[in-house]
Amino acid sequence: MNLFRTALILAKKDLYSELKTKQILTTQIIFAGLVIVVFSFAFDPANNTTKAVIPGVIWVIIVFAGILGLNRSFISEQRNETMQGLLVAPMEAASIYLGKFLANFAMMLVVELVSIPFLFLLFDFKFLGSVPYFILVVFLGSFGFIAIGTFLAALAANSKSSEMLLPLLLFPITTPILIGVVQATKIILTNVEKLSSAIAWIQLVTAYDVIFFVVCFLLIDYVLEV
Amino acid sequence: MSMNLEREKAMLPGTPLTSMKSASLSKILFAGTVISMLVSLYFIFIFAAEESTMHAAQKIFYFHVSSAWLAFMAFFVTFVFSILFLIKRKRIFDTYAYVSAEIGVVFTIIVLTTGPIWARSAWNTWWVWEPRLITTLILFFIYIAYIMIRQMDGVWDKKARLSAVFGIIGFADVPIVFFAIRWWQTKFHPIVFGDGPSQQGGGIESSMLVALLVTIAAFTILYAYLLQKGVSFEKMKFKVEQYKEKLREELEK
Repeated sequence: MNLFRTALILAKKDLYSELKTKQILTTQIIFAGLVIVVFSFAFDPANNTTKAVIPGVIWVIIVFAGILGLNRSFISEQRNETMQGLLVAPMEAASIYLGKFLANFAMMLVVELVSIPFLFLLFDFKFLGSVPYFILVVFLGSFGFIAIGTFLAALAANSKSSEMLLPLLLFPITTPILIGVVQATKIILTNVEKLSSAIAWIQLVTAYDVIFFVVCFLLIDYVLEV
Repeated sequence: MSMNLEREKAMLPGTPLTSMKSASLSKILFAGTVISMLVSLYFIFIFAAEESTMHAAQKIFYFHVSSAWLAFMAFFVTFVFSILFLIKRKRIFDTYAYVSAEIGVVFTIIVLTTGPIWARSAWNTWWVWEPRLITTLILFFIYIAYIMIRQMDGVWDKKARLSAVFGIIGFADVPIVFFAIRWWQTKFHPIVFGDGPSQQGGGIESSMLVALLVTIAAFTILYAYLLQKGVSFEKMKFKVEQYKEKLREELEK
């Protein structure tokens, strides 16, 4: 299990450097807060119909905040000219991918942990659905989004304008996840009786997660070539 | 920079000069395209029965479906050549993948324009959020992104590698997108071939089917012609680059 050990070391390195600078995480959380504020202008929180858009808003926050972190994860390596160092280090490309994925995923979860309760609080949303299923959906959705996002961030990092390129690559590819999780979240938050169709969506998202995690794992060797 | 050019130059002796053969192939394909297009026009406007409710407006159906077919085929070809490129690492595979993706994008645009024109007369709306429409739109965005990777700065083999990877991922994504959206909601497109799930409203008249198949065949020949032409353009561009480089070297001497 050398692959996982090196991946963990890399993830630890990323998270340590994040703890030191707190650059990405603060930006992501503040950005998530700003998105919530903007949504409060767009959809009147006092209005009852606003409850219907909450599932969508959750995922817009996750996607936008996530893309900030994804952009940074490979560019920071290039700014410090440590990408070559990583590539010549005695570990596989898949290990670099896995390490970066774990670091991004951990940060994403922290952002969600802060911003989603904050959203419910500000929009005065009474949580009636099932909490374990909600957590499962958020977890699976972010997993897939970050998995494919880390991969495409590695791909886009080769370009000089990678900040602009990444969203264009990422959004069309992640449409199935976004449709699946928004539908599942909507069902779980607003009418729990239809749980079986939410589970069908969860299965779709899980299948997507598995397929793309494997595909990314196989193809990352070609992306991270010297 | 100089290193890249050297690398590109090293490819030169490897590329065989088959311009004579490809020129005659191009002529044959061009003639085939013209003839088959004329034949398909005959079949569409004279042979095929007129649709009972939509009348002449329905004729756009043949171009619409054939363009969609062509676009999907082009993206499939991109997918296949992307895999071949990653395995064999030959520049020609990359060129084929790129040209095919470009053709695919052009025909996706045609599908996305003829669709609303037809929809306006058939459904009385320009656009509906319906599985096949959204899938085509997302397909369009994916391959626009693919072309944007091609426009990146850097050595050709890096761009070729990255876009091949994206070509594979993008194509793998399409069935899942379609499946997800169909699950989400389905309303408008009838299932034309075979029995629909509702056992009604589907089906196509045999004269229309013949016209459709002829048009699809014509579009396939058109695709082959465009692909051949596009690849020979890319080869010419490549050759001009090499001559420029040679000239530059001589000037520097």
